[in-house]
Amino acid sequence: MSVLRSALDTGSGAYAAAAAAMRDKLAEIEAEHAKAIAGGGPERLDRHRRRGKLTARERIELLVDADSPFLELCPLAAWGSEFAVGASIVTGIGVVEDTECVIVANDPTVRGGTSNPWTMRKSLRANDIAMRNRLPIISLVESGGADLPTQKEVFIPGGRLFRDLTRASAKGIPTIALVFGNSTAGGAYVPGMSDHTVMINGRSKVFLGGPPLVKMATGEESDDESLGGAEMHARTSGLADYLAADERDAIRIGRLIVKRLNWRKRGPAPRATVAEPLYSAGELLGVVPPDLKVPFDPREVIARIADGSDFDEFKPLYGPSLVTGWAELHGYPLGILANARGVLFSAEAQKAAQFIQLANRSGTSLLFLHNTTGYMVGREYEQGGIIKHGAMMINAVTNSTVPHISVLIGASYGAGHYGMCGRAYDPRFLFAWPSAKAAVMGGVQLAGVMSIIGRAAAAARGAPFDEEADAVMRAMVENQIEAESLPLFLSGLLYDDGVIDPRDTRTVLGACLSAIHSAPVQGTANFGVFRM
Amino acid sequence: MLTSVLVANRGEIARRVFATCRRMGLSTVAVFSDADAASPHVADADTAVRLPGSAPAETYLRGELLIGAALASGAGAIHPGYGFLSENAGFAKAVLDAGLVWIGPPVRAIELMGSKVEAKKLMGGAGVPVLAGLDPADVTGADLPVLIKASAGGGGRGMRVVRELAGLAGQIEAARREARSAFGDPTVFCEPYLENGRHIEVQVMADRHGTVWAVGERECSIQRRHQKVIEEAPSPLVERTAGMRERLFEAARAAVKAIGYEGAGTVEFLADERGTAGERGGFYFLECNTRIQVEHPVTECTTGLDLVRLQLQAAAGDPLPPGPPAARGHSIEARLYAEDPARDWRPHSGTVHRLEVPGVVTEFAPPAEPGAPGGPGVRLDSGVAGGSFVPVHYDPMLAKVISYAATRGEAARLLASALARAKVHGLATNRDLLVRVLRHPAFLAGDTDTAFFARHGLDALARPLASPESVELSAIAAALADAAANRRDARVDGGLPSGWRNVPAEAQLKTFGSGHGADIEVRYRFTRDGLRVEGHDRLSLVSAAPELVVLDVPGDARGEVPGEAGVVRRRFEVARYGALTCVDSPLGPVSLIQRPRFADPSAQVSAGSLLAPIPGTVTRVGAWVGDRVTAGQPIVVLEAMKMEHAIAAPAAGVLTALDVTVGQPVEVGAVLAIVDATARSAVDGTQPGEPA
Repeated sequence: MSVLRSALDTGSGAYAAAAAAMRDKLAEIEAEHAKAIAGGGPERLDRHRRRGKLTARERIELLVDADSPFLELCPLAAWGSEFAVGASIVTGIGVVEDTECVIVANDPTVRGGTSNPWTMRKSLRANDIAMRNRLPIISLVESGGADLPTQKEVFIPGGRLFRDLTRASAKGIPTIALVFGNSTAGGAYVPGMSDHTVMINGRSKVFLGGPPLVKMATGEESDDESLGGAEMHARTSGLADYLAADERDAIRIGRLIVKRLNWRKRGPAPRATVAEPLYSAGELLGVVPPDLKVPFDPREVIARIADGSDFDEFKPLYGPSLVTGWAELHGYPLGILANARGVLFSAEAQKAAQFIQLANRSGTSLLFLHNTTGYMVGREYEQGGIIKHGAMMINAVTNSTVPHISVLIGASYGAGHYGMCGRAYDPRFLFAWPSAKAAVMGGVQLAGVMSIIGRAAAAARGAPFDEEADAVMRAMVENQIEAESLPLFLSGLLYDDGVIDPRDTRTVLGACLSAIHSAPVQGTANFGVFRM
Repeated sequence: MLTSVLVANRGEIARRVFATCRRMGLSTVAVFSDADAASPHVADADTAVRLPGSAPAETYLRGELLIGAALASGAGAIHPGYGFLSENAGFAKAVLDAGLVWIGPPVRAIELMGSKVEAKKLMGGAGVPVLAGLDPADVTGADLPVLIKASAGGGGRGMRVVRELAGLAGQIEAARREARSAFGDPTVFCEPYLENGRHIEVQVMADRHGTVWAVGERECSIQRRHQKVIEEAPSPLVERTAGMRERLFEAARAAVKAIGYEGAGTVEFLADERGTAGERGGFYFLECNTRIQVEHPVTECTTGLDLVRLQLQAAAGDPLPPGPPAARGHSIEARLYAEDPARDWRPHSGTVHRLEVPGVVTEFAPPAEPGAPGGPGVRLDSGVAGGSFVPVHYDPMLAKVISYAATRGEAARLLASALARAKVHGLATNRDLLVRVLRHPAFLAGDTDTAFFARHGLDALARPLASPESVELSAIAAALADAAANRRDARVDGGLPSGWRNVPAEAQLKTFGSGHGADIEVRYRFTRDGLRVEGHDRLSLVSAAPELVVLDVPGDARGEVPGEAGVVRRRFEVARYGALTCVDSPLGPVSLIQRPRFADPSAQVSAGSLLAPIPGTVTRVGAWVGDRVTAGQPIVVLEAMKMEHAIAAPAAGVLTALDVTVGQPVEVGAVLAIVDATARSAVDGTQPGEPA
């Protein structure tokens, strides 16, 4: 046992400045969350409620166990797009009858719950999480189908939604659909592909084609109820397994279905009694300096998220720019890799590759705390083999089979983002702090590189270099790259699973590790060829 | 020599007698009906004999079974307790004829006192003051108000007050019916009714060697429906009326001597403080109870005597010492009933999950004297224990809580505090009423009379101790305790914060019914900055565990006390039994029903269902399935606690279901019948409301 000792001076001006900057960023994030919560706005909410309907979030609140936690995923999806923040769908991991499930709920107050490209991506991400972590999927369906103006982006790739459901079923992951309203055309395949379906008398409407389409296709005169009413599906077609009296009844039945799954988690159980960290999570507000060029010690973060602030560091004297070591979080064993001084050198890369292999031997999940500017460049380092060492680290991260979680707490630039298990490397979960930034490189560097290349090109052509235009270009590129490397922007693109309050990190990770342990945790000895 | 005693009774009095038997080294035998098989009195006894069935007529009133039980179990004596066969001369005689010892007065004395009409004559002859009897046929307007009593009655049963001549005949008829059903003898008689009478009685003790003690008086004026609720010794009226005690004791001794009494008995008088019926401070013989009284503990407390021991000794022929010990201090008894005073004293049946009275120093025995070690304090004589089931068949008294202190004021304060802080979980009780009476200025001034509830307003006295604001705070505590229990019992994510959300939108909601008014909705959320309860901005959480919640509550709603000084730390003890949540705090006990998050549609009661408002037995049905009924028409009549309750159709309609038959016992809330306001009658095919 090695208890970390914090050196964070909470009385310092630097701490206060960092905390103030973090609070500003949090307020900004909270304002965007509020947009997702507001759904279609007060008028639509009011109309929805007047129809005796619950909102997507109210349905989820009733579905999950009383007083249990709910980890909402990708609440900022579609931020910066033409579509509403949240992408007209709520997804997350909730506990239903002591069973962690992925819950996917259409928000019918936003454009009738229609699916736009971001809705689709958010749903697919939820499905990924369910499949990777072996979590039952509960769909709370009320959707007007595809957003027709963007059908070209939704229709063809969107087929995966239904494919995922039956693939999940084939893997033994239960799928449950509670149909609260419209679930027509393609949407009809959500209940169609689910193991269990509940429909609500007088509310659910599930058909391939509605009366006008049927009239066009065959000339047949029909009505909603005979084509796709809940009672018809419960008594005649057999598509509904349960006929609920109302929304609450449907949720009640949904809970009963989960209770009867007799679900058993396959991963090892956490330690029964867990020590809280010795340092306050509140102090995480002031750990990351507002200017990411100023380095900070990630052990200050670890001391505030690890059980008992207990962290056994691996190779502390070798490759000190990357902190590696073992800890427990909410009773789950965890290997942690955290950037200390931004840059990854050869030693750091080799240390990481070894550490990842060790975690695979012991079947220990890995947490990546990102604050990297990338692998070191320069003659000495290239000649020292930085590429092959970086490749070793990326090879190890890629082929490791223990669960990975990434949290972007500061910078995550260049190939360092890959080596630290960025989005493309399929971590089970990836969250960002409001202080994070991710891009191929920093805006100043990128603009500077473009300027140098431009200057060189002008020189090669023998043309005069337009300093004024260059300054404008640099400013523009700098601003653009800066804006596009911010968490709101990246979260809007579904490049993470959400922007979290640093003070929630331990809780978020605890919920993730618990969900992860629904599936077996298994390491591997099978990596790609390590270039020595 | 006596070695083993059978108690032909149940509940607290059986336990009380067993306690003395144990102290005297006697073996004990209990009898029990099927409904009482798991009752504490059975567990208390060395041996127990089953009486098949549950109704009193099948069990505790079956003399031959009781005598058979004594013979089979080797008990040499039978103690009858009170009620049931305790004043049945035929039973006493049968006990003696079977060669057993009867722990009670001679048969002849019971016979003489059995008829109230005859007893009054006898007492008048012995010089004991009596009220003039009125022949029911001769009552005139000038005699009003009058009291109708059953000659064979007791314990207030069958008594009716008549204030208008027009109602007299009907009341006499009803009283006769009730008397016949309750006592097997329809004889009733009338007396002038003293509106402000005070019930004062004298405990007597006599041996067969001619010693007669007037042990002490008790006052039992706080009554409901002529049944005693609060009793005390000494009587505040006697205390402040010069010479009254001596006159009372003299009359009591004369009464007992006139009938050749032996053992413990009580001579009851009605005292006329204001002189309505004669002289001020006069008193009149009511009846002589030839048994141990429910309220005997107050006399035990003030005298230090064990009256049951004296009963056993008298039955064995032992002589009494020449005189009783001097009384000291003051003792008050409160009868804790499973009944709802605010709803017509409706008895409740069901499980007593918990009965804990704080500060109890003794059970079934008097505390030590004031000043002595171990005294004074609270005595508990309880017929139930945690988990006991209170059946519909018997008296709904759960326990007697008795205080003993140097002064009346302290005894009242002690008893009120013990009752207020008692944990009584599971059934509605009269506890809050008892506490309010014990704290009432008129009670504390000694101004008690039989019209106490009417004068001071039963509505006000029966009001819950917890104010509506306190009920709401208790509901908040209940919600937080439930949340803590949910987190403790969670099989996944149990270590994560309660109700945690990374994107908070909705508050957690728990809904409770309090039995008064609308349901209470508690909306709360644990935030980084602490607990937030909607509508209670200034409330903050100190700690929450499944059984204990501590809150900091603004002490003054108007915010007049500045800053931190205005915040009061309050502890709420929370106990949950399924949906029932009992919250105990200094703000008053609160019982809540936690509403389920989801109603199971199949469990819903059909509209138009008639539910049993009280536990009881069906005595009459007023319509048959298919009948067209009118609004207010009695459909089912229940008898409970010797009272008839008619359950009427709520609206005109057709009786579509009748789930009970005459003689069937029903639990509270049972669906008795269903009236469908839309159905067509099977009999005549008409719609409700149409002329037939």
